[in-house]
Amino acid sequence: MSINNLSAFEIAEKVRQGELKAVQVAEAALAQIKAVDGQPGSLNPAPLSAEEEGKVHAFIQLTEDLALTQAERIDKLVQEGTDPGALAGVPIAIKDIFCVKGTTTTAASKILANFKPPYTATPVQKLIEAGGLVMGKVNLDEFTFGSSNESSAFQPATNNPWQPEYVPGGSSGGSAASVASEEVALSLGTDTGGSIRQPAAFCGVVGLKPTYGRVSRLGLIAFASSLDCPGPLSRNVRDSALMLGVIAGHDPKDSTSSVHPVGDYLKALEQDVRGLRIGLSPDYEALYYPDLESGELQRQSIQKEVQEAVYRSAEVLAKAGAEIIENVPLPNTRYGIPTYFVISRVEAASNLHRFDGVKYGYRTPQDVADLSELYRRSRAEGFGQEPKLRILMGMYVSAAEYASDYYQKALKVRAMIRDDFDQVFAPQGQYRLDALLTPTTATTAFKRKAVYGNSVLMQYSDQMTVATNHAGIPGLTLPGGLDEAGLPIGIQLIANDFREDLILRIGHTFEHLTQDEPWRKIKPQVLRAEVK
Amino acid sequence: MKTKRISPELFDKLVGLAALELTAEERDYLFEEMNHQLASVKALSQIPLPERIQPSLHGIELEGADPRPDEWQPFSNPTEIIALAPESEDGMVAVPDVRRAK
Repeated sequence: MSINNLSAFEIAEKVRQGELKAVQVAEAALAQIKAVDGQPGSLNPAPLSAEEEGKVHAFIQLTEDLALTQAERIDKLVQEGTDPGALAGVPIAIKDIFCVKGTTTTAASKILANFKPPYTATPVQKLIEAGGLVMGKVNLDEFTFGSSNESSAFQPATNNPWQPEYVPGGSSGGSAASVASEEVALSLGTDTGGSIRQPAAFCGVVGLKPTYGRVSRLGLIAFASSLDCPGPLSRNVRDSALMLGVIAGHDPKDSTSSVHPVGDYLKALEQDVRGLRIGLSPDYEALYYPDLESGELQRQSIQKEVQEAVYRSAEVLAKAGAEIIENVPLPNTRYGIPTYFVISRVEAASNLHRFDGVKYGYRTPQDVADLSELYRRSRAEGFGQEPKLRILMGMYVSAAEYASDYYQKALKVRAMIRDDFDQVFAPQGQYRLDALLTPTTATTAFKRKAVYGNSVLMQYSDQMTVATNHAGIPGLTLPGGLDEAGLPIGIQLIANDFREDLILRIGHTFEHLTQDEPWRKIKPQVLRAEVK
Repeated sequence: MKTKRISPELFDKLVGLAALELTAEERDYLFEEMNHQLASVKALSQIPLPERIQPSLHGIELEGADPRPDEWQPFSNPTEIIALAPESEDGMVAVPDVRRAK
């Protein structure tokens, strides 16, 4: 076993006990990145050779000096007998939507390509203080607006390490791919409609969207402020539990961060699933996709192998003592994407008004007649198509003449989606669930260019994840098998507010019970091809 | 039944209000995609909303602390912030003249 495929938990334990130097870990991670990542994302990419086409391309920016300096500090602390922290020497990739002082923070957009923030985001700061090593910034859809990574202004976009001709998902595609290809043990991502869980499912890793407010958003470049959740991506559930314990907690500088006590997520893993009530819902067995002329929703079954993986997982958990409750109704799940089309766009449009070429970021180099033209030119040249579309859509559906038909209505449907979950998790209710088990995505990863450009279809790849964002509740995805093409299948666990402990516990038990299954022995193609 | 589409005139007005400029190709693409998204949103108009349902801004009930006092706190190094501006003069962010509306 090489250093690179050790878990975060194992690395931290070995570093703290002096069995492994943090500098060795950093050097091994850098070597792995050099071996598999290829050309970093750039505004002016060079043409790709055939070999480069097969690389991962997760990173926009490597922070080698920063990582090695942090590693040396950790090793010094260990030598002095000082506790270096829960993530001592663990290599971590940061989605390039978080401000990190000393790095550029691009949001994968030309408009922020030169932005060097004067402070570090709270969750990143917590990772550093816990001994984590910041290896660099990883690619994403521009401003997190997408589900395939293809909309990044920094090309080449990230590939799926399992099969490079497939997308890694998004928007945290660079995060998921960097973890799956063993470049890092952990990554910090964000999830607004499924942006941690969908790419984690596509890349065969674990991804956790915590409860809204569980993790501070300070220093996260905002997409939709009422939905955005920072969270971990890792190769196993225990590592997500470990990382959540570090980044969770109230932040006085983010008034929406919660004062709810942070649980002991690692301790929660010591319990099994006996006695837990886990629900299966028919409302997660189909996609409700609109006819683009009439707007009528049409039912489409999800990929058969994905559905079978969910049933198989339920059987595994039932055998371990969980009670599986079938036919749990969540009827408003189907309205998750239409609701998201309104709420997320309104918030995105509001958040994107600050990028105007004045205080930071890109300013048009052209001569302009006045300030108004400066704004227009800078935004026209700096934003890609997806931010422009979201601004226009958000402005339209929140305009005074249309807000009652769209925005106000969407906020009410959001309440109904929340109400669905309240009903099934209510301790005195009919279902009294501890968790729900669902697919994470309706299909496994799709090929590059297969969906990109169709903004409605792309958005629908979040159909299984977005309801939890509307409700604010936590969701965990973990690998549940491979499909016939050899692509990873994600299964999702959902729980009530602040019950991350429950879904981590169930996920950890599932991992343990399936650890010897043949599909778990199969590695992503990029690792199979690698000469170690 | 076809859904109501946004008109080209209204679309162009929005582009102006959004302080954007679009190429002809961008305009065609974004206009079509916006209409497709509006068709998808039509599903919301068909949902019966019970009287008791109130708009939800966050999904969960926030348990945040009280807002911190509304007191000015100096940033440790304001020159770092000014240095981010594409153009500055004498420690101030510089922009072209604001033309008066006719």
